[in-house]
Amino acid sequence: MTKKILIVDDEPNIIISLEFLMKKEGFSVAVAGDGEEALAKVASFAPDLILLDVMMPKKSGFEVCEALRADPSNAGLLIVMLTAKGRDTEVAKGLAIGADAYVTKPFSTKELVARVKTMLGVG
Amino acid sequence: MLSGWFIALLATGYLGLLFAVARFGDARADAGKSIISANVYALSLAVYCTSWTFYGSVGRATSGGLSFLTIYIGPTLMLLCVGVIIKMIRISKAQRITSIADFIASRYGKSQLLAGMVTVIAVIGVVPYIALQLKAMAASVDVLLQHSGSSVEVWGLDSTFLIAVILALFSILFGTRHLDATERHEGMVAAVAFESVVKIIAFMAVGIFVTYGMFGGLGDLFQRAAASADMERLLHLDSGRAGTWTALIILSGLAIIFLPRQFQIIVVENVDESHLKRAVWLFPLYLLLINIFVLPLALGGLLHFGAQGANPDTFVLTLPLARGAEALALLAFIGGLSAATGMVIVETIALSTMVCNDLVMPWLLHSTWLQAEKRQDLSGLLIGIRRAAIALILLLGYIYFRLAGEAYALVGIGLISFTAVAQFAPAMFGGMYWKQGTRAGAVAGLLAGFVVWLYTLLLPSFAKSGWMPSGFVEHGLFGLGWLKAQALFGLGGLDEISHCLWWSMLANMGAYVAVSLNSRPDAVEASQAERFVDVFRFDARNAEARLWRGKASPDALVGLLERFLGAARARQQLAAYALSRQAAGWRNLPADADFVQFAEAELAGAIGSASARVMVASVAQEEDLGLEEVLDILDEATQVRAHSRQLEAKQRELEAATNELREANERLRELDRMKDDFISTVTHELRTPLTSIRALSEMLHEDPRLDLADRSRFLGIIVNEAERLTRLINQILDMAKMESGRAEWTTGAVDLGEVVRESMASLEHLFREKGVALAGNIPASGPVVQADRDRLTQVMINLLSNAVKFVPGGAGRVQVGLSSAAGLVRVEVHDNGPGLTAEECNVIFEKFRQGGNTMTDKPQGTGLGLPISRQIVEYFGGNLWVESEPGAGANFIFTVPLPVPEE
Repeated sequence: MTKKILIVDDEPNIIISLEFLMKKEGFSVAVAGDGEEALAKVASFAPDLILLDVMMPKKSGFEVCEALRADPSNAGLLIVMLTAKGRDTEVAKGLAIGADAYVTKPFSTKELVARVKTMLGVG
Repeated sequence: MLSGWFIALLATGYLGLLFAVARFGDARADAGKSIISANVYALSLAVYCTSWTFYGSVGRATSGGLSFLTIYIGPTLMLLCVGVIIKMIRISKAQRITSIADFIASRYGKSQLLAGMVTVIAVIGVVPYIALQLKAMAASVDVLLQHSGSSVEVWGLDSTFLIAVILALFSILFGTRHLDATERHEGMVAAVAFESVVKIIAFMAVGIFVTYGMFGGLGDLFQRAAASADMERLLHLDSGRAGTWTALIILSGLAIIFLPRQFQIIVVENVDESHLKRAVWLFPLYLLLINIFVLPLALGGLLHFGAQGANPDTFVLTLPLARGAEALALLAFIGGLSAATGMVIVETIALSTMVCNDLVMPWLLHSTWLQAEKRQDLSGLLIGIRRAAIALILLLGYIYFRLAGEAYALVGIGLISFTAVAQFAPAMFGGMYWKQGTRAGAVAGLLAGFVVWLYTLLLPSFAKSGWMPSGFVEHGLFGLGWLKAQALFGLGGLDEISHCLWWSMLANMGAYVAVSLNSRPDAVEASQAERFVDVFRFDARNAEARLWRGKASPDALVGLLERFLGAARARQQLAAYALSRQAAGWRNLPADADFVQFAEAELAGAIGSASARVMVASVAQEEDLGLEEVLDILDEATQVRAHSRQLEAKQRELEAATNELREANERLRELDRMKDDFISTVTHELRTPLTSIRALSEMLHEDPRLDLADRSRFLGIIVNEAERLTRLINQILDMAKMESGRAEWTTGAVDLGEVVRESMASLEHLFREKGVALAGNIPASGPVVQADRDRLTQVMINLLSNAVKFVPGGAGRVQVGLSSAAGLVRVEVHDNGPGLTAEECNVIFEKFRQGGNTMTDKPQGTGLGLPISRQIVEYFGGNLWVESEPGAGANFIFTVPLPVPEE
C-alpha cells in the first residue's frame, strides 16, 4: 500500500522540490502552505508521515506538532521537523514536543529520502 | 459649723491622706512595682498649677481679662519640643543629675562655683514664691474663719506659721524619708499626682456651681457681663498688649522646665522617657480644663459682689459661701490646699537638694571637721542637712510673707520668679546643643542676667513696696536717666516683665556667647561638653574608660560610697554593679576607670556631680590628662564616627555602582540576545533559498532523464533563488555597513524631482506587466537637496516596488507626489492596496519583518528594504513613515531637509 506524506512549508519553491522528490519515490503526496491548512489536511488526507517546516505564518511548526500530538487519533503519525534555524535549542525543543526526527535545511535529498523510507519501513 | 478646729482637723486629715498615698508609692517602689505610670507622670507635672493658679488666676482675669491664658499657652508650646526634653532626661540619667543646678554645673566641668550660683539664684527667685503660697493658704483660712466668726490661736502663734511648720514636717517626711540620699522620690510623685486630681475636681466643681447654679450658664454670664462696659473689655483680646503676651508665653514656657520643682518632676523623677509622650497631650488638656471656668468665675464674682467688697483672689471660696454652700467651699479650700502644698513640698525638696549638694557640701568638704571624721557614715548627716534646709527655706518663706504682707512685692512675685529661672535658659540650652559653650561663659551669662533681673525687676518691686527709696526707678541710678530701672537705655513703653526679659536675656546670652568664644575649656569641661551635646551618640563605655587614667584603691572608693550612701545602700549598689560586669562581687573587680566612673556616678546621685568629683579625686591618684589629650581622645571618637559615616557613604556608593553594573550587564545581555536573534534570522533567510537550490540541483544532477519541462522549470527556480540569495547578501552587507557607520556616501546636490521621475521610469515595465496604473505630477526641475543620488534612488525604487507588489493586478493604482514646505521636501507614494494595521505600520520597518500575507510574493521580499530605506533617509536628516488603515491603501512618505540658505 502506498504510504502518504504531507508536506508543510510556506516557501512555494521548497514545496515544489519536496513534492517532486517524494512523488518520484512513489509516495502519495499532499501539500499545505501554513499551519492551519496543515491541521486540516492531516484530518482529510490522513498521512503516514508529515514533513513540517518550523517557521511559518499563522501557526508555527512547533504549534502544529503539539496540536497533533495532543490528539490520540494521530498516535501513529510520524513527524519530521524541517528548519532553517539550526540552533541546538530548537532541535531539542522539537524533539521534546514529540517530533520523531529533525532535519536542518538545506538538506541532502538522498539522505532525506533514505530517512523517510527507514521511518516508514519501506524499501 | 466651720469652726477653726474643724478646718484644722480637715486639713490635717487631708495631709494624712496624702502621706498615706506617698507611703504606698514608696512601698511599691521598694518592692520593684512602681506605680509611676504615664498618667501619674503627666498628672504630677500639674504641680505647675499652684495656689497662684487656683486663686490668683481668677483675680488676674478680673483685671487683665484673657491674659491669664498666657501662663498656660507657654507650657503647652514648650512640651511640644519633646526632643529637647528627652535629651535633657537622657543626659540626666547618664550623669545621675539631681537638680537643675547639678545639670548646669555638671555640663561646665562639674563646677562647684556654677552649682552654687544657680542654687543662690533659684533660692532668691523662688523663696518669695513659696511665701505667696503661704499667703494664699492663710488668706483661704481667713475667709473661712471670717465666715464662721471664729479663730485659731495656738500658743499665740498665727495660723500661717502653723501652716508653714506643718508643711515643713510633711516635706521632710516626703522628701527625706529614706536614709539613703538618692535623687528620686516616687511616693512624693504619686502624692503630687493625687493632689493634681483633687485640685482640678475642686476648681471645676466651683466653676460648675457658679456658672450653672448661681447663673444661667455660660451664655447668661457672658451676656450679663457684656452689658457692663468694664466687664465687656475683659472678653476681648487686647492687641495693644501683644508684646506682653509674647513675653508671658516665653516666660511660662521656660518656667515649665526650669523652675526647680518642674525640673525635679519632669527630668529627675522621670522613670521612663516614653511617659513624656502621654504628658505632651494630657498635661495641656489638664491646663485647658482647669482654665475653662476661670473667666466665668471672675465675671460671676464681679456680677455678684459688684465693684466694691470681696477680694477677687478669693472668689473661689467666697462665691460658694455667699450661697451657703459650705461643703463646696470646703472642697475648694482642700483644692487650694492641694495646689499650695504640692508646690511647696516639691519646691522645698528640690531646693533643699540643691542647697545641700551645691552650697553646704562643698563648704563641708573643704572644712577640717569633715577631714577629722574620716571614717564616719555621712549619709545621716546628708539627710540632716536636707531636713534643715527644708525647714530653713520654709522659714525664709514665712519671714518674707510677714515682711511683705499685702505689699506689691508679693502679688507680682509669680512672674518675678519665672523671670529669675528663665536666666538658666542660655546656659542650659547652650550646654545641650553648643560644644563651644564654656564655664566662664556660663558664669558670665548667669551673672549678667541675674544682675539685670535684680535691678530691673526685684529691686523695683521692693521700692514699690516702700522698703527702699524708689529714686533709681523714677530718675535712674545716680540720677542718670538712661539707668532708670524700668526704662533702661530709654526703652520705655514696655511692661516691666517684658522690659526685664528683654534686657536680662540680651545681657545673659550676649555674655554667655561672647565669653564662651573667648575662653578655653579645661579637660573636664571639654569631655562633659561631648557627653552632653552628643548624648545620643556618645559611646560611653569606650570613651569613659579612656578619659580617666590613674590609680585608685577599691577599698577607698567603697569606703566613700559607704560614707555617703550608708553601708546598706552602698552594698546593694555594689552588688548590682558587680553583677552587671559578670563578677561574683566587687572585690573581684579591678579598680579601673569603669569602677571609678561607677563610684563617681553613685556619689553624684547623692551629693551632686561637683562634690562627687572632688570626693573621688581625694581618694584616687588621678593622672591629669590635660586638655590636649582629652581633646585628642574626643576628636578620635569624632573621627571614628566621621570615618564610619564615610564608610557608610562609600558603601552606599558601591551599592549604587553595583546596581549600575548589573543594569549595564543586563543591557549587554539583551543586546547579545538581540544579536543572536538577528544572526539566527539571517541564517534562516539565507538557508531558505539555498534549500530550494540544493534540492532541485541534486534532483537534476541525479536524474538526467528528467522531462524537459520540469528541467527548465527547476532551472528557472534555481536562477530566481540564486538572485534572491545575492540580493539578500547585498542588503545584509549594506545594512551592516550602515549600522557600523562604514557605509560610503557620495553627498552632493541632488535634484529630487529628477530622482523620482527616473525611478518611476525605470520601474514602468513592472507596473505595465501587472496592469497597475502609475501616476505622478512631478515638476520638471524639482527641489535640490544635499544627499547621495544613488541612495535616494534606492529608497524611491524600494517604495515603488513595494507598492506594485501589494496592489491588486489590473485594478491597482499608485500615485506619486512631491512637494516642499517648511524647509522640507516631501515625497509620497500612495497605493490602493490592502492597507496596514496600526501594528503593521511599525513592524514593517523592523528587519526581516514583512506585512500581511505575502505567501504569493514572498521570494520577492527580503524584509530589509524598508529598514535600509529608513536608515538612508535618516542619514540625510529626514524621516520615513507610513500612513495607512486596513482597506484604505497605504501612503509611504519620506522627507529630506532643504539646504539652509546661506546668509
